[in-house]
Amino acid sequence: MFLDRFRKPRPSRAVLALYDDPDRLLNAAAVAREHGFRDMDAFTPYAVHGLSEVLGIKKSWIPYVTLVMGLTGAALGLTFEIWTSAVDWPLIVGGKPYVSLPAFIPITFESGVLIGGTMTLAALLLACGLPALGKPILDRNLTNDRFGLYVPEYGPDWNEERVLSVLRKTGPVDMKVVRV
Amino acid sequence: MSEVATASPIAPAEPLIDPRKTFADVNREVSAPLERPPGTLWKVFFGISLLLTLQFAAEIAYQMKKGIGIWGLNHPVGWAVDITSFVFWIGIGHAGTLISAILHLFRQRWRTAINRSAEAMTIFAVMTAGLFPLIHLGRTWFAYWLVPLPNWRYLWVNFRSPLIWDVFAVSTYLTISLCFWYTGLIPDFASLRDRSTGWRRAIYGVLSLGWQGSERHWQHYERAYMMLAGLSTPLVLSVHSIVSFDFATSLLPGWHTTIFPPYFVAGAIFSGFAMVVTLLVILRKVFHMEEYITIPHLDNMNKIILATGMMVGYAYATEFFVAMYSGNPYEKFTFINRATGPFSWSYWIMVSCNVVSPQVFWFRRLRRSLTVMFIVSILVNVGMWFERFTIIVSSLHRDFIPVNWSYYKPTLFDISVIVGSFGFFFMWFLLFCRFFPAISMAEVKGVLWTAKKNAAAAKEQPPVREPAHVS
Repeated sequence: MFLDRFRKPRPSRAVLALYDDPDRLLNAAAVAREHGFRDMDAFTPYAVHGLSEVLGIKKSWIPYVTLVMGLTGAALGLTFEIWTSAVDWPLIVGGKPYVSLPAFIPITFESGVLIGGTMTLAALLLACGLPALGKPILDRNLTNDRFGLYVPEYGPDWNEERVLSVLRKTGPVDMKVVRV
Repeated sequence: MSEVATASPIAPAEPLIDPRKTFADVNREVSAPLERPPGTLWKVFFGISLLLTLQFAAEIAYQMKKGIGIWGLNHPVGWAVDITSFVFWIGIGHAGTLISAILHLFRQRWRTAINRSAEAMTIFAVMTAGLFPLIHLGRTWFAYWLVPLPNWRYLWVNFRSPLIWDVFAVSTYLTISLCFWYTGLIPDFASLRDRSTGWRRAIYGVLSLGWQGSERHWQHYERAYMMLAGLSTPLVLSVHSIVSFDFATSLLPGWHTTIFPPYFVAGAIFSGFAMVVTLLVILRKVFHMEEYITIPHLDNMNKIILATGMMVGYAYATEFFVAMYSGNPYEKFTFINRATGPFSWSYWIMVSCNVVSPQVFWFRRLRRSLTVMFIVSILVNVGMWFERFTIIVSSLHRDFIPVNWSYYKPTLFDISVIVGSFGFFFMWFLLFCRFFPAISMAEVKGVLWTAKKNAAAAKEQPPVREPAHVS
């Protein structure tokens, strides 16, 4: 969950190994996992499939937000229609009942989609901690043609030299230690 | 080439992108038009659209002062080019959502090169469409009456009216399309930020929200994108269905039909795809995107135009059959009048453009010819505009009692509104091509990697390393 980041002590440095193709990154991630590195992340120019499984990143919870918010939006829309048409000022229009359920469905649906969709985007931003404008850019090529494996300091047994020597064997084009 | 191994069960017969390209090539080539000064062709197009937009603004200002009497509207033709153009532009928008959302859900990866520009087209088309009901109000300054706001009259809007459904449908459509488009743009803004300097870096930096492509973020991103696609799919179907309810829930012969929702949706997709083809043929030429927006992409689009064109043709035939079969004299008269009455010219423009012209796409050579597809796509757009004109005006101008009959002639102001709306739309689209990446770099890279692997599997020609890890 996104709240985890607030609970754990924040790492102060990390090793970033840059690869020039996604398969090398996948391989390196698997190797790093075998060596017991934890809390890893990867930085890629596009969504590389299978990467989150290798890194052990949990599936996103965003679909639940969409579902709950979509249903909430629909319920709010319908409630509002019923309240205005049958409670606040009951008015017969076109000989239809105060609560003209079939006629209320289109707006019920639209409000569900409206709230569900905007809240999905809001949840995405919240989950990713965006906007994060102040954060330093790790490497300018990570949005271009480099695939980075990121091994942060995960605990007292973290050893910079060991991480570097393990990753060196996986064929990176560049490696650096970043302060975070 | 069918024995080529692919990640997807259906191997594309031709690669959608040259596998010899590198990831860096994608960034460089897609960003190129944003980083060089605009060409003459762009300036000319932009100048024309800007002029048309200015005359559009002047027309609207004059019309607000004088009232909608300056249009050719009369009794009984109270809706004409304004509502025709509204339905036309909303319809245009539908192809963008179809390409980005529905093809995404069906995992049609050929969409990746075209979805960005198609989504942009959706947003600008819906913006253009949204102007029409507002100026059609006559007293546009009361437009907020359409929204259920608490007010001193204590009167709420009538939620049983399809016109109010329209307000909700169109505004939701615009909002969700914007969310979807922006979500897709975030990684590309980050790419632009990382390759630029100075004020451009600052602007793209803010637009990218600080995205860096962390896998934890991609995991959320992909799911959120899928959810937005899942929401947009029923949304796009609902929007044009609701637009068709504006007509279908009335009692006027020619409007009062149950076939309208699917018929309108098919027509919307048809006209929208035609507009996408028109725009892409120009875009790939002006911005040298021939290697990304390839002939196989356009070929696929043309197949959809052919299919939806025939759906529309089928709907035209069904309407006639039902009018005949209903035994209702008014209904019968409306359709005979449509094909042979004073507006028959509009009807036959519609039939020849929408039903006859796409038939050339049965032939592979014609489907892949840029000249042919450009002409047909324009014809389809003309035809679809006249379809809405036929439905609206030819049904209205002769209703139940002959004493009510009349003819509709557009004035110069009507023409100015139509032309102006095209200028407004193209102005936004041209600005988009200059400042935003017209092709989704992040998604194209995913397709490029698949293409590289396919090419390597077919023959060991392009130097691609053995996959070290297959998940």
